[in-house]
Amino acid sequence: MGVRQAGWIRLGCSAAAAVITATACGSTAAPAGPTLLVPPTAKLAPQTSIGAGEGQLNLVLWDGYADKTWVDPFTAATGCKVNQHPAGSSDEMVSLMKDGGGGNWDMVSASGNATLRLIYSGDVKPMNTALIPDFTNFQTLFQSPAWNTISGIHYGISLQWGPNTLLYNTKKFVNPPTSWGVIYDPANKGLVTVPDDPTFIADAANYLSKTKPSLRITDPYELTQPQFDAAVALLKSQQPLIKKYWTLPTDEISLFQNGDVVVGAAWPYQTIQLQLAGAPVADTIPTEGATGWADTWMLATKATHPNCAYLWTKWVSTPAVQAMQALSFGETPVNTKACAEMETRSPGSCKQYHADVPGSYFDNLKFWKTAIAQCPNGNTNCVPYDQWVSAWTTIKG
Amino acid sequence: MSTEAVGRPRPKGGGAVPFRALLWRFPWLRPVLLLTPPMAWFVLVYLASLVLLLITAFWSIDPFTTQIVQVWSTNNFHTILSDPTYRIIIGRTAGLAALVTITDIVLSFPLAYYMAKVASRRVQNLLFAAVLLPLWASYLARVYAWILILNHTGVLNWSLQSIGLPAANIGYTNTAMWLVFSYIWLPFMIIPTYAALERVPDSLLEAAADLGARRWRTTLDVVLPLALPGVVAGSIFTFSLTLGDYITPILVGGAGSQFIGNVVYSNVGIANNIPFAAALATVPVVIMAVYLLAAQRLGAFEAL
Repeated sequence: MGVRQAGWIRLGCSAAAAVITATACGSTAAPAGPTLLVPPTAKLAPQTSIGAGEGQLNLVLWDGYADKTWVDPFTAATGCKVNQHPAGSSDEMVSLMKDGGGGNWDMVSASGNATLRLIYSGDVKPMNTALIPDFTNFQTLFQSPAWNTISGIHYGISLQWGPNTLLYNTKKFVNPPTSWGVIYDPANKGLVTVPDDPTFIADAANYLSKTKPSLRITDPYELTQPQFDAAVALLKSQQPLIKKYWTLPTDEISLFQNGDVVVGAAWPYQTIQLQLAGAPVADTIPTEGATGWADTWMLATKATHPNCAYLWTKWVSTPAVQAMQALSFGETPVNTKACAEMETRSPGSCKQYHADVPGSYFDNLKFWKTAIAQCPNGNTNCVPYDQWVSAWTTIKG
Repeated sequence: MSTEAVGRPRPKGGGAVPFRALLWRFPWLRPVLLLTPPMAWFVLVYLASLVLLLITAFWSIDPFTTQIVQVWSTNNFHTILSDPTYRIIIGRTAGLAALVTITDIVLSFPLAYYMAKVASRRVQNLLFAAVLLPLWASYLARVYAWILILNHTGVLNWSLQSIGLPAANIGYTNTAMWLVFSYIWLPFMIIPTYAALERVPDSLLEAAADLGARRWRTTLDVVLPLALPGVVAGSIFTFSLTLGDYITPILVGGAGSQFIGNVVYSNVGIANNIPFAAALATVPVVIMAVYLLAAQRLGAFEAL
């Protein structure tokens, strides 16, 4: 144990040392206040106007984020031909964007569990929000969220978001569950599914933050070792209840359809697809709140088509395109003006997707962030993401 | 430069004759020329990648930027050996690979014997086609078919319930993995076993009968020893294919079904921790090395 702990502290320090100049790990006099990490590209001034398009735009994105429906009119209007490279995971996005995109990629539609890694490794650079007219129509939270804005500098423009919901079979649960406790309840042994993703540790931590206040968890992505261990222990006790850890949303859909599971953690996308297929399911955000994801278009440090990139960001931020993407993918636009557009396209969808929620709604949602070694108080004893990954392996067994 | 070389017309007959003369003058030149491409492939692509794998296993990554840090350390191996999770995963992988191999031997031996010794030429051809038939379909399609069979409302439970038996809950379990692996790799066991059995001379069986050996004695003392190299050759396929697989565990496995391949995959694809993945990937290499040594002792390579 002693050896492992020492190894862990060393890892934590090297992580911090890689990104901050003054480190509190050595014996050098530590500064009094928390040392905020400064991203390598913080000093790069973003462009102040959008010039003529370069004719090409190379995007690393989630499958479905550049659908013909809104890409074709974009190309027709700007002359920017869109080349897509769909990524399978946030981590694949981080790998692809290494070395500032290497001149191959102009933008990435990064989720919150990748954005900080991209920012702190210098792979993306600041963007000028003044060039995106719809920016002021965004939900306040998504204008400067912690996962893409650091010290007032925007490293990308928010796009869409969604909560991680509790999905359940309405035949099995006649009274809708109100707590995440059902997915940790031995009564549901062999009938539970949760995502096969280390980030799910944050969901357990979020549940513990409400059910075990003695752990003093304030942010499920910034966990000290004892808090992290408690979350991992909870998930290990949950493992025997799990039928399957789902990797693709379609896996979870078939698990629910075939009756292999009756309750699980999901995205609204699965609920919508299952309900369309006539499955007896519903979803809810339990009283403990939930985690959520939020995607950001980020500009590669070595982007070779920056004007097309800005034109694209401007285009996908407009209410019409925001509504189209929301309805096509099953997520929620950040532009508040998109609600009306959604209603005209599919009546009732604005409410169904929570696109009209007040700012207070987000108090209950903890959006994905990369776990980094630096805790909110500036100490470097928080558990970094690579530890989450190895812990996830031990949880799944 | 290269365009010039291509564009230049070749002198008629020239080049060919001196080259043949060269081969004649230096007899060692022909084997060297013949063997250079495969040897270069073997050394550069095959061995070099293994060596790189081994070297990478001793590095580590920066946990924040996930860049590889080229500092020599045995931490990765220490984690694999000290953390019980990895021991369980390695044990599960090797154990299931062994179980699948044994299952396939038991299933394939009688069939291979029938094909080699009993069946008529016509039936033999039919059986051959039947054994190889599954290989025509995609691996993924066949595994997905098993999901449809084994899941809660699948064919298996439907059949069980229609004859009044309780439903079997084996979808997404290690039992499901055992079934699917045994099914998928079965042809790879039947073919070499059949090849070995076909080489057993009928005269030996007759001689054994003439000397008063009963069927069991003949099988145990004559057929089995002669067929053993074939069975071991087949077991190399079934064992190594199961050992290295990671798709079947993802698709039909449940909670607690990770294989070495899955952990390697998640370390490369999710954590970007290539050094740790490399360290873990050396485990099956070692297991296979031991297995092949044992197989060589049993004469399996003569039956390949």
